[in-house]
Amino acid sequence: MTFQPTPRQLTAIKAALFLLTLLPALHYAHGLWSDSLGANPIEALTRGMGIWTLNFLFLTLCVSPLRKLSGWHWLLRLRRMLGLTAFAYGCLHLLTYLWLDQFWDVDAIARDIWKRPFITVGATAFLLMLPLALTSSHAAIRSLGGKRWQSLHRAVYAVAILGVVHYLWLVKRVALLDPIIYALVLAILLGWRVVERIRLNGPWPTRSTPPAVQPVVFMKRDAAAALGVPKKR
Amino acid sequence: GSLGTLRPSPLSSDEKLTPLKSVTGYNNFYEFGTDKEDPARHAPGRLKTQPWTVTVEGEIKRPRTFSIDDLLKLAPLEERIYRMRCVEGWSMVIPWVGFPLAELIRQVEPNGQARFVEFVTLADPQQMPGVRSPLLDWPYVEGLRLDEAQHPLTLLAVGLYGEVLPAQNGAPIRLVVPWKYGFKSAKSIVRIRFVREQPRSTWMKAGPSEYGFYSNVNPAVDHPRWSQATERRIGEFIKRKTLPFNGYADQVAGLYSGMDLRRFF
Repeated sequence: MTFQPTPRQLTAIKAALFLLTLLPALHYAHGLWSDSLGANPIEALTRGMGIWTLNFLFLTLCVSPLRKLSGWHWLLRLRRMLGLTAFAYGCLHLLTYLWLDQFWDVDAIARDIWKRPFITVGATAFLLMLPLALTSSHAAIRSLGGKRWQSLHRAVYAVAILGVVHYLWLVKRVALLDPIIYALVLAILLGWRVVERIRLNGPWPTRSTPPAVQPVVFMKRDAAAALGVPKKR
Repeated sequence: GSLGTLRPSPLSSDEKLTPLKSVTGYNNFYEFGTDKEDPARHAPGRLKTQPWTVTVEGEIKRPRTFSIDDLLKLAPLEERIYRMRCVEGWSMVIPWVGFPLAELIRQVEPNGQARFVEFVTLADPQQMPGVRSPLLDWPYVEGLRLDEAQHPLTLLAVGLYGEVLPAQNGAPIRLVVPWKYGFKSAKSIVRIRFVREQPRSTWMKAGPSEYGFYSNVNPAVDHPRWSQATERRIGEFIKRKTLPFNGYADQVAGLYSGMDLRRFF
């Protein structure tokens, strides 16, 4: 039997999830306050914000497979919050770099982005996240149209790949284990999508047969209503 | 235990000391793991420093194996407060206890062939969990040119903060070369070889484009993946500008006159 929360329950689930997304930030804020982040707290903070950006990006990418495997379509209603949380941690990660690492030294930052591939990659990933965060509202979905919105938001795959490359590139060869684990998890998340696509549509990019499962079309009023998107009056 | 009365040194820095907790709790010693908290977690109690011998051999007139007690009595122990700059971009000020490597070199009398000194450190998988994984080409090897090794700043350290060296900081005896990046200062040394050819250090083997033989602290030569222009002194908020030769240019720049330090990085 599939679990389908009532609107009330869904509100509660969202509120709980929101509080959970704050936990890593609170952990680091408390660590800074109580001086328990080790001898180099700023380094720990920068790394922590980067890791949690990836963690929330991955959780965002888990929504579609989980929804598919469990039949819990309402999970989709949590995706925006997860994506925006990833963006928020990305902003904090960038802020620690610009402020606590470079102290807003524009020259040094420009040189860093230009000269150091892992910084270039990280900066690109952040820039790609911006339009996604800016078009996360229902209004943006409507004005873009579901199809265009969806193709724009496929950029999240690029963001995740660039994020993992950024991580792989910055660590010393002797510490590659953690980023390799992230790369494998991402490979599974993206690989599942490729397999699904082939299963539904035949070998990409031919689309001879109509998809067996209708994708969510945001523009359709009834589909939007099914998802609880408030109707424009 | 305490190392007794120590001679102060005119070569000491008068900068604010990095707290003992940071010096012993945050460092790299890959034989015990790759996290900077790993050495403090895994080295104490595991690393056996008694008995300990250091074999000195190669192009010298008096090859000899020293026990750690011989080494402690080889020369009067001094306190040397040095800046330490890690290649990763952080730094500390550490009150080492030790004696100049030059004292040991004088006793073993290098012959005319000796041009470099190679330091080989302990690699015992029983005591050192990191050695069980092929992270680096064990044992960890470092090297200096003979004149660098004989420089008055180059120290064989047996303690810090007036006490016997903690296991995680390279007990019982380690090198300290304050004008070079920290990884040049080999820990837990078991063999010192005087050789004709420039030794290939562990880090040169691991990443020849990233780590050179000299590895002098140099704000003008970036690490391929990050800038070396600034550093974070542990315990400080604002980053400092990194100084050429880690601020020891007056004493050591002469060793490299006429050398292109971008090429010999």
